[in-house]
Amino acid sequence: MKVLVAVKRVVDYNVKVRVKADGTGVDIANVKMSMNPFDEIAVEEAVRLKEAGKVSEVVAVSLGVKQCEETLRTALAMGADRAIHVETDAELQPLAVAKLLKAVAEKEQPQLMILGKQAIDDDANQTGQMVAALLGWGQGTFASKVDLAAETVDVTREVDGGLETVKLRLPAVVTTDLRLNEPRYVKLPNIMAAKKKPLDKLTVEALGVDVTPRLKTLKVAEPAKRSAGIKVANAAELVAKLKNEAKVL
Amino acid sequence: MAILVIAEHDNQSLKAGTLNTVTAAGKVGGEVHLLVAGHNCGAVADAAKAVAGVAKVLVADSAQYAHGLAENLAALVVDLAKNYSHVLSPAGTSGKNFLPRVAALLDVAQISDIVAVESADTFVRPVYAGNVLATVQSVDSIKVITVRTTAFEAAALGGSANVDSIGAAAEAQLSSFISQELTKSDRPELGAAKVIVSGGRALGSEEQFKAIIEPLADKLGAAVGASRAAVDAGYAPNDYQVGQTGKVVAPQLYVAVGISGAIQHLAGMKDSKVIVAINKDEEAPIFQVADYGIVGDLFTVVPELIQALGNN
Ligand SMILES: Cc1cc2nc3c(=O)[nH]c(=O)nc-3n(C[C@H](O)[C@H](O)[C@H](O)COP(=O)(O)OP(=O)(O)OC[C@H]3O[C@@H](n4cnc5c(N)ncnc54)[C@H](O)[C@@H]3O)c2cc1C
Ligand SMILES: Nc1ncnc2c1ncn2[C@@H]1O[C@H](COP(=O)(O)O)[C@@H](O)[C@H]1O
Repeated sequence: MKVLVAVKRVVDYNVKVRVKADGTGVDIANVKMSMNPFDEIAVEEAVRLKEAGKVSEVVAVSLGVKQCEETLRTALAMGADRAIHVETDAELQPLAVAKLLKAVAEKEQPQLMILGKQAIDDDANQTGQMVAALLGWGQGTFASKVDLAAETVDVTREVDGGLETVKLRLPAVVTTDLRLNEPRYVKLPNIMAAKKKPLDKLTVEALGVDVTPRLKTLKVAEPAKRSAGIKVANAAELVAKLKNEAKVL
Repeated sequence: MAILVIAEHDNQSLKAGTLNTVTAAGKVGGEVHLLVAGHNCGAVADAAKAVAGVAKVLVADSAQYAHGLAENLAALVVDLAKNYSHVLSPAGTSGKNFLPRVAALLDVAQISDIVAVESADTFVRPVYAGNVLATVQSVDSIKVITVRTTAFEAAALGGSANVDSIGAAAEAQLSSFISQELTKSDRPELGAAKVIVSGGRALGSEEQFKAIIEPLADKLGAAVGASRAAVDAGYAPNDYQVGQTGKVVAPQLYVAVGISGAIQHLAGMKDSKVIVAINKDEEAPIFQVADYGIVGDLFTVVPELIQALGNN
């Protein structure tokens, strides 16, 4: 069984981004970029499925600028077998990403596709659900456990009230939540080996997808800053302040 | 054209976030219809028709909607959506699950997690863990939107909308419900609570999390939340996680106990009215957003706080 994993290159989660002075966008020149953390979990899950003998091939896919190659090399170092890069400088919104991934899936014919539940830059939480819809596949979103069988997959999902388990007919889409697994650290020999693994290129044109953005960003701004308050000496003083000053008790 | 809001519910009661979503829909301007898709969900339909500002309630009662499976729900909403200018749902795990599917099938974008309505096609939404607010304009014919419920007031009750029964769509047959394991609690729901006490990694174990956080929450009539680190370590259930990738809350009072204040955590709670932080590190970033801070060991400060509250 083949698994396709989508990995996005995003601003590292430790970086606090700044809005450009003219409010047209976010300044990401010279900031550290990494694989979206939920996608690391996705790669880890796919590789574990392969190690467990349930999956024969893991293919990582990334869409975007030239440097996505680095993200794909990380996925290869973690254990993916090969990589596909759909290279473009165009702005890609979730619907366009979903259409591109659908086109890749139609070429590759995977039985399972694993994505992160959310990219930590656009915070959209859409792409996995969209690609599942476009392919007419079932979806197991926000997964904390994936139990893969020959023709079905059981997915335990993190939902607002607790956990829920659904059974999906394969092929299907899974999106990862934080508790699914703890991604491995890549070791130097794996990084070296990853350089020799195949990384194929595709274009938006060849896949025949219209990626024109549907949402126009009119402006970006920083939210109102919250100012630091005061330190109080002890619990009694806190209770007094909450009662008499903040009036929340 | 009218606006369709998808109600969030568990077949018994209407979830509070639906009321905030109706308010957001009202800001778009247009007649608001509320869809209740479920199974044996008559009580929800009754609650829905009492929401002020709702002109009509549509009820699709069928076994295939009993557990809100995204594939089935999306098929129903896609059929209805063609008669609406906007389709909105609360940005809970239910809306986040089925609504992007609806958007893709309609070949339109989804606008996630809006915090303001500027006009019928322009909305404000947070990106980058809430460090940036983006104003976005949609060029699509149907706007598909999830709503950050803490950013909008709850709609009032006292309306009396008409209720129409509608048929179910063809079942997708892609997925089926197996089981659920819901966190049992008599406390208020996190998303709607007026007071929240949250615990972090510093609690050290599930037992200590319970022994320290719960009595304080009891005293304050509060809901309980947690940081990711506390959830990952198994001190608290997954649905307690507050933050960028967990729940977003905005209570009157948020008490952060042994939480450092990473941006991912702040993203979920910095719109609280009053924030209290208890942390032994006076440099912890949580103090930069806290109205009141106590620098000290939580294992002594929290019991003292419970006692001080008791004296009032
Ligand atoms: C993709 C991604 C998504 C994430 N999403 C979220 C999210 O939604 N929500 C979230 O919370 N985090 C999220 N995180 C994690 C986040 O980055 C932090 O790691 C996490 O919030 C830290 O949790 P903490 O504050 O409990 O732990 P720590 O950062 O370890 O802080 C513990 C604090 O307790 C204090 N302390 C220790 N002992 C005591 C004591 N005895 N008394 C008083 N104080 C004490 C310490 O001084 C410290 O400040 C995410 C991270 C990633 C990468
Ligand atoms: N440009 C991209 N390249 C590869 N995968 C992507 C891309 N954009 C989104 N994804 C995948 O979709 C998931 C959800 O992204 P989003 O819907 O933008 O929050 C991510 O975690 C990735 O797995």
